Amino acid sequence: MSELRNILTDSVNGLFGDRVTRELLTRFDETGDDGGIWAEVEAQGLTRPLVSEENGGVGGEWRDAHVLLSAAGFHSAPVPLAETILASWLAERAGLPVPEGMATIIDGSDGSLTITGDGDSAKLSGTVARVPWASKAETAVVVAAQDGGVMVGEVRLSDARDISASQNMAREPRDDVSFDGAPLRVAHLPNDLPQDVILQYGAMVRAAQIAGAMDKVLTQTVQYANERTQFGKPLGKFQAIQQELSRMAGEAAASGVIAEAPFAALDDGQNSEWQIAAAKARTSEAAGVGATVGHQTHGAIGFTYEHSLHFATRRLWSWRSEFGGARFWSRRLGTRAVDRGVENFWADIVSG
Amino acid sequence: MGFFNFEPATLPPEAEALRPEVRAFLAEALKDKRPVDRAWNWMGHDQDFSRKVGEQGWLGMTWPKEYGGGGRTFFERYVVMEEMLAAGAPVQAHWVADRQSGPLLLRFGTEEQRKFFLPQIISGNACFCIGMSEPDSGSDLAATRTKAEKVDGGWKVNGTKVWTSSAHLAHYMIALFRTDAEDKHGGLSQFIVDMKSPGLTVSPIINLAGNHHFNQCVFDDVFVPDDALVGKPGGGWNQVVAELAFERSGPERYLSCIQLILELLGVAAQSRDPAMVEEVGRLSAHALTLRRMSLSVAGKLQRGENPSLEASVVKDVGGVFEQSIPEIAARLVEEEPTLMGGDNFQQVLAFLTMEAPSFSLRGGTREILRGIIARGLGLR
Repeated sequence: MSELRNILTDSVNGLFGDRVTRELLTRFDETGDDGGIWAEVEAQGLTRPLVSEENGGVGGEWRDAHVLLSAAGFHSAPVPLAETILASWLAERAGLPVPEGMATIIDGSDGSLTITGDGDSAKLSGTVARVPWASKAETAVVVAAQDGGVMVGEVRLSDARDISASQNMAREPRDDVSFDGAPLRVAHLPNDLPQDVILQYGAMVRAAQIAGAMDKVLTQTVQYANERTQFGKPLGKFQAIQQELSRMAGEAAASGVIAEAPFAALDDGQNSEWQIAAAKARTSEAAGVGATVGHQTHGAIGFTYEHSLHFATRRLWSWRSEFGGARFWSRRLGTRAVDRGVENFWADIVSG
Repeated sequence: MGFFNFEPATLPPEAEALRPEVRAFLAEALKDKRPVDRAWNWMGHDQDFSRKVGEQGWLGMTWPKEYGGGGRTFFERYVVMEEMLAAGAPVQAHWVADRQSGPLLLRFGTEEQRKFFLPQIISGNACFCIGMSEPDSGSDLAATRTKAEKVDGGWKVNGTKVWTSSAHLAHYMIALFRTDAEDKHGGLSQFIVDMKSPGLTVSPIINLAGNHHFNQCVFDDVFVPDDALVGKPGGGWNQVVAELAFERSGPERYLSCIQLILELLGVAAQSRDPAMVEEVGRLSAHALTLRRMSLSVAGKLQRGENPSLEASVVKDVGGVFEQSIPEIAARLVEEEPTLMGGDNFQQVLAFLTMEAPSFSLRGGTREILRGIIARGLGLR
């Protein structure tokens, strides 16, 4: 592991480990307040692992972003770290200013968002549902349709016509946003990026968060099984419990391994699309096992609001459906497989 | 965090460089194999094929050159193994020896044993089987009762081994015998038994599909010479634990049903049935994941680390995966599995449906593996 990655790993786990307590997450659920941790996330440079040093970033790799996102998932950090990391990266890649403050990404590449005009007179219009953190973020980096192609744009969310607040099961903002001629800066989508870059990379970051949350549920559940005593011995001594926790551990391990794959592929200059599809499909399937076994082992106490298990499990249940769920990404992989035919199946597994 | 260590591993260029060579070799060697033949996967036995693999230098690849080994990396070996499995090559005749018996001898064997056995394995001439299970000792290996008594110049063995895969075809068995009745774990020792030894009777145990993989091996005053002892007397338990880590570590633990995935893909490509297309994609995601996990274990072997815990995780997750495939295929494709007649899909489905129960039994049952994982989690 690089020195930078060690530093980032220590910083992010130190910060979230200390600050993201049950009290903070409860307050976030009730009021949406993050208790000031966003300011610290920014102050420590954690939102810009992929931004060059000259633009105020740390000039790291995708693998560096991966450790941050896994940690954010592990700790249920109630901040748009994943969204801001992606927005900052995409803005810089497209030659737009790196956004200050909280940022999010919006995929309008299917034509739900359109850009008219260019240069200083460019305007953004359209409506997109369930944009992560839109009601909190200052800036959105969007991919929107223009003249039969797509462009990247950077828009102030205060210029939106309407932001209609909604939430996922973890009470993270997932808001409907509409623009009606909002001014924005535009740039071409870099040639090496797919039109659905936000969908794909969004799926990649959610998979990393899911893998982190799976580790959290496993850790919490193992700890509980070792502490809680029934029939005169800790739950973890019962074979029935051991078998289920081992199954969950396998799913957590699989999630961790495949979630890292697309980040590594991007760093190594390999095709990431199929690794992303596999990562989101596989982790989204595993999420259900993690939440189910976690709750079953915790019994009734884990079903209460008072117990902290649900902070991770509600995120697992939400994140598995965001940026395409298991079926969506399985279809993509399956469509490629039938298009490429039986003779290429194994070769494609090997090359990712 | 941190129960397991699945360090990401990437195949180095010299390993990838082998792949086209292996594929070309297999394309020629397997050109007459039908899908249902390939479905046998690593249970397929063909000593001539194993000799050809040996001629290519693909057996004992990681072993030291002084014994005729290739002195290559575990990653190079990994590429050869996974290509063989993906193509459904009949590798059984060399698989066990290359995977675990040779490494066992390198680790615990005498110089004479290495010089005698390793070249035979490397040339593809020696087939090994594993004599662990007994009628009263399946998952509970420490209950081994087959007794080796010290006699002049060697040991006299009496007892019965069961579920011994390929014993009827093997030249040697690595056997676990009880050399001390008092010491449960410390009273076990490993021996190399010549399958032609007088007093050793091998009889078939036919599986539910009517196929003959495994056997019962009865030892009736079988004499095993002193130089057949592997490692220390009483060291059997620890040696077997190390050996099982090798047994559980390979890509065979998720690829047993690849032929059925390919047949399902063939049906999906024809029908474009959305449920089938989606399921093929789902299986791809699982296969991509398991391959990365399995590669990570190869990385551990390459670094000389103990892979037992992670290998158990891969075998457990991989076993659930490969065992699910006949169920999925039967649910999605409205064709009956066939033993006689029928198309490739139907034949492969029939074969693998009936073999699948063994996938979570052989090499450590699902329950045993999950017990090992539970220990890794700190629950036991």
